[in-house]
Amino acid sequence: MGALGLYGRYAMASIKGQLNYPASFVLLTIGQFLSTIVEFIGIAALFSRFQSLGEWTLAQVALFYGTVNIAFAVADMISRGFDVFGPLFVKTGEFDRLLLRPRATPLQLLGYELRLMRLGRLLQGVLVLAIAVSRLDLAWGLAETALLLAAVAGGVAFLLGLVVLQATLAFWTVESLEVANTLTYGGVAAAQYPLEIYHNWFRQFFTFVVPLSCVAYFPIVGILGIDDPLGAPRWFLYLSPLFGFVFLAMALIAWRLGERRYASTGS
Amino acid sequence: MRDAGTGPYRAIFAARFLMMLQYRAAALAGIATQFWFGGIMVMALSAFYTEGGGSASITRAEAITYIWLGQAFLGLLPWNVDPEIAVMMRTGNVAYERLRPVDTYFYWFARAMAWRTAATLLRAIPLLLVTSVVFDWVGLGAWSLQPPQSGTALALFLLSMVAVVLLSSALTTLLNISVVWTISGQGINVFTNSLVLILSGMVIPLPLFPDWAHLMLLLQPLAGLVDIPYRIYFAHLSGAEAIAGIALQIFWTMLFIGLGHLCMTRTMRRIQIQGG
Repeated sequence: MGALGLYGRYAMASIKGQLNYPASFVLLTIGQFLSTIVEFIGIAALFSRFQSLGEWTLAQVALFYGTVNIAFAVADMISRGFDVFGPLFVKTGEFDRLLLRPRATPLQLLGYELRLMRLGRLLQGVLVLAIAVSRLDLAWGLAETALLLAAVAGGVAFLLGLVVLQATLAFWTVESLEVANTLTYGGVAAAQYPLEIYHNWFRQFFTFVVPLSCVAYFPIVGILGIDDPLGAPRWFLYLSPLFGFVFLAMALIAWRLGERRYASTGS
Repeated sequence: MRDAGTGPYRAIFAARFLMMLQYRAAALAGIATQFWFGGIMVMALSAFYTEGGGSASITRAEAITYIWLGQAFLGLLPWNVDPEIAVMMRTGNVAYERLRPVDTYFYWFARAMAWRTAATLLRAIPLLLVTSVVFDWVGLGAWSLQPPQSGTALALFLLSMVAVVLLSSALTTLLNISVVWTISGQGINVFTNSLVLILSGMVIPLPLFPDWAHLMLLLQPLAGLVDIPYRIYFAHLSGAEAIAGIALQIFWTMLFIGLGHLCMTRTMRRIQIQGG
């Protein structure tokens, strides 16, 4: 069975398990929807008071917001195994069992759980994106649609890369480091606004150290069809989502290195 | 309830407070996260103030102060169920709570108060220090926490913060009691946390919402967790307004204590104990 088929089986098993408690699934999903939509209500309220954010309008910001939320929802949905890697796999020695199976460990960890409740955030992101698209008068050609899909896919890859790196640290620290959540949740919170509004060092950090802007800022500027206020050339806007995949590839290399030095804690 | 004075309640408060102080690593991670989120919020608000049109009844410096106070005292928000109480319900250990010769409501109230204040104390002090003093040194003065508007404002703010602790403990206890019906606290958490965040002023300061919503937002109980004390701090509410704000906090606290006490008596009379 191919990797994709195997992942499909893992995912189906996880979904079936969660649907055994339909009321819980529905409640958690609604809860996720509500707790994420309040952020957008806050942004909309700020726009109603201040009218604009420099050159940016509410509909434009909604496009940034919706895209990064969709990417985060998907990444968060599939990355649960890496999220709990420290306490549930390294600390317990459970990781030994994964190593015994003739499949790549990242694939097995991806199959650990498909968290359905994240549909709440996904739904919210799609809703905000729909609002943005309906209020922006954009020329939706093939290029724009492809760029949006690439931004979401690159965003998922990038955020997955962050979680993989966080899990990789657990090979050394055993415990998982909560501080790393600052980068995922904090990065997503930052990317809900256009990067241009932030302080210079903050922008540089999220471009050159952690390439969040390549999946959440530059491609959206490309879709909006405006000149980048930060001065990035047009061709780069279209190329930028690739860096999300590069980041994930680098995270997986780090993972291989960590895996090689793994010493079991189990008995 | 036997006449034991306040002794047992003070004892549970002290015991739980000391226990919560053990979680220093968690507090450190929390502080880093809060700087980060506060920083993003401050940068975004600054951009709205300097690059946007329109006007607001609080200044940029006041809005930034509001954000940092919110991050410093985040731990006081009654956004979730005490996980230990949820475990107690699931395992049936809640039966022991009924055996203690104290009023279970106030016993839980004291527990909640210790839980919220200890978690906050560890985080608030470094956050307040760094945002008020260190930011000025490193040239981030425009983003720093401003001192209180006057001595009176500070005194009223501290009084209002005491009311925050009581209001938050009353709401937390009410959430904890609800676990008797739901067994797992998870379902409640997902709803309360969004309500608390937006209606208290944590998502954006309440004065920045549209003007027509201001009175409603001020009168609802969750404003007493964040909005009222912080506006007293920079004297956006002063004199009679500040006193009225604190009175409103106390009114909601009394109401929730009464409601919680009633619920506790009702539910404990017919509680089903899990386990065997």
